Amino acid sequence: MSFAARRRAGPRRPVPEAGSRRAAWLRRMPLLPALIYMIVVTQAPFVVTLWYSLRSWNTLTPGSNKFVWFDEYKLVFSDPTFRAAVLNTVKITASSVILSMLLGTTLAVLVNRKFVGRGIVRTMLITPFLVMPVATALLFKTTIYDPIFGLLDWVLSPFGVHQVNWVGTHSVAAVVAVLVWEWTPFMMLIVLAGLQSESLEALEAARVDGASTVQTFVWITLPYLRRYIELGMLLGSIYLLQAFGEIFILTQGGGGDGTATTNLPYYIYELAFNSFNVSEAAAAGVIVVIATEIVATITLRLLSGLFAAAEAMG
Amino acid sequence: MVVLRTPRMGRRRFTRERSTAAFTTLVTWLIAIVMFFPVLWMVLTSFKREGDAYTDPPKFIFRPTLTEYHQVFSGGAGPPFEHSIFVSLVSVALVLLLGIPAAYALSIRAIERWRDVLFFFLTTKMLPYVAAIVPIYIIALHTGLLDNDWALVILYTGFNLPLAVWMIRSFLLEIPKEMLEAARIDGANIFVEITRVILPIAMPGVAATALICVIFTWNEFFFAYFLTATKGPTVPVFMVSFLQSEGEYWARLSAAAAVACLPVILAGWIAQKQLVRGLSLGALK
Repeated sequence: MSFAARRRAGPRRPVPEAGSRRAAWLRRMPLLPALIYMIVVTQAPFVVTLWYSLRSWNTLTPGSNKFVWFDEYKLVFSDPTFRAAVLNTVKITASSVILSMLLGTTLAVLVNRKFVGRGIVRTMLITPFLVMPVATALLFKTTIYDPIFGLLDWVLSPFGVHQVNWVGTHSVAAVVAVLVWEWTPFMMLIVLAGLQSESLEALEAARVDGASTVQTFVWITLPYLRRYIELGMLLGSIYLLQAFGEIFILTQGGGGDGTATTNLPYYIYELAFNSFNVSEAAAAGVIVVIATEIVATITLRLLSGLFAAAEAMG
Repeated sequence: MVVLRTPRMGRRRFTRERSTAAFTTLVTWLIAIVMFFPVLWMVLTSFKREGDAYTDPPKFIFRPTLTEYHQVFSGGAGPPFEHSIFVSLVSVALVLLLGIPAAYALSIRAIERWRDVLFFFLTTKMLPYVAAIVPIYIIALHTGLLDNDWALVILYTGFNLPLAVWMIRSFLLEIPKEMLEAARIDGANIFVEITRVILPIAMPGVAATALICVIFTWNEFFFAYFLTATKGPTVPVFMVSFLQSEGEYWARLSAAAAVACLPVILAGWIAQKQLVRGLSLGALK
């Protein structure tokens, strides 16, 4: 197994020295600048968000900046668009994560063999992740999704599909397709790392026992990959929960009954920058933080599990 | 895949396995080409005239031209590139400056509770930054950092620092203990130890970390859009200006996108062996 952390070179327990407060501080010194920086840059804005969320500030309404406790939260929860945004976020995030994982796993299995041009294929497959997401969204919206001149129209026209306004009538699918295209390489790389760390002996043993390739994959490789698949899906969820640029460019949150692609980030953006409702946006922000923390906690458990496993392997 | 060849294996089985392998390779190549096609299409379209970009069916053969590339640079792409290059380089330099000593204090001479600190860094990566846009915008407004590259430098350093600390730490853990001990016996202090012993060994890892930070910095749109939109747009914000364009502009959009994506695609290709490590925060190799 090839985890990065290894016990052999793992962090050594600090040796307690008598009266070594100075030594302890010397030890901490290299860490402090980074730690203080992160506390200031990431925690301070959230404290301010929390503060705004308890007030009722709309920049368009003079004198509205008062302390109202949880009134803004009540407003957010009673807003049908918010409830729609929660559902849309779950829908868009879950479908993108699951689809990109399925495709990514397939590709990882296909690439994890020796064949002509493997390096080139791998390089081609990771490229979508590297393309600037804003450029991806713009190019998909124009050269691919265009109802008349788009590539998709050309590819599908032999099947009688013609002049479909993809972004307008299939807005969720259009957004999800772009996100899947962007995130499949990420999933592929994570699963590939798993496949490459699998012990060859187990696979050989299965083969000697007469298991077919498919059987070996289903009964030995897949269970082994579970950790990696979970890690990829959770990390992917954390990033995809925050999808904004793609939606901003492709659909402006629209589609369906008008808000089919409004996810939580886009909802907060609209509250803050179109309705100028600072406090309601802040309250929605706090809710999103709490929701994300729940996903993040699970991820952390998993990651520490991975690290513990890595260290135990030694 | 391990192929065990026993003497009993007949010629027919052998040919069948080979043709299965060839078929799988073919399928792999086909999928790779389909996945890569939007990028290829961007490059092709960027060399077209606008008239060749708008055709049904799409044109694969045409007389290539560099017109649109000239247009992109004469049409105001210069300043956004300068902003993006400045923001990326300065923030990545800051990340390394803060991150390398921090990674050191969490691995080689680990402080007590290094695990807690490490996970604190990780949780900051998981905060939905959209929730902080309002206060950040207001703070930037009041401190004169709106439309200022430094606002982005500060934020992007915060985004990438956790990733860098985790990733560099995973490289530092691989340095053989004996080498560090030798340096310590020679009486090297922390500064000398880091610059003379650790960095030369960990350089490839540090470079990969820097490249991955550049990828995220260069492509970031959300904060760039809100904090620099009017005067000092970065490349992603410049790209979005195409959204408002009227008329035929696909060839120019593709040329602009190709130029905008090139640095990061190259960085990613160079760092591709380390990419998975960065994406999993050093957990996977």
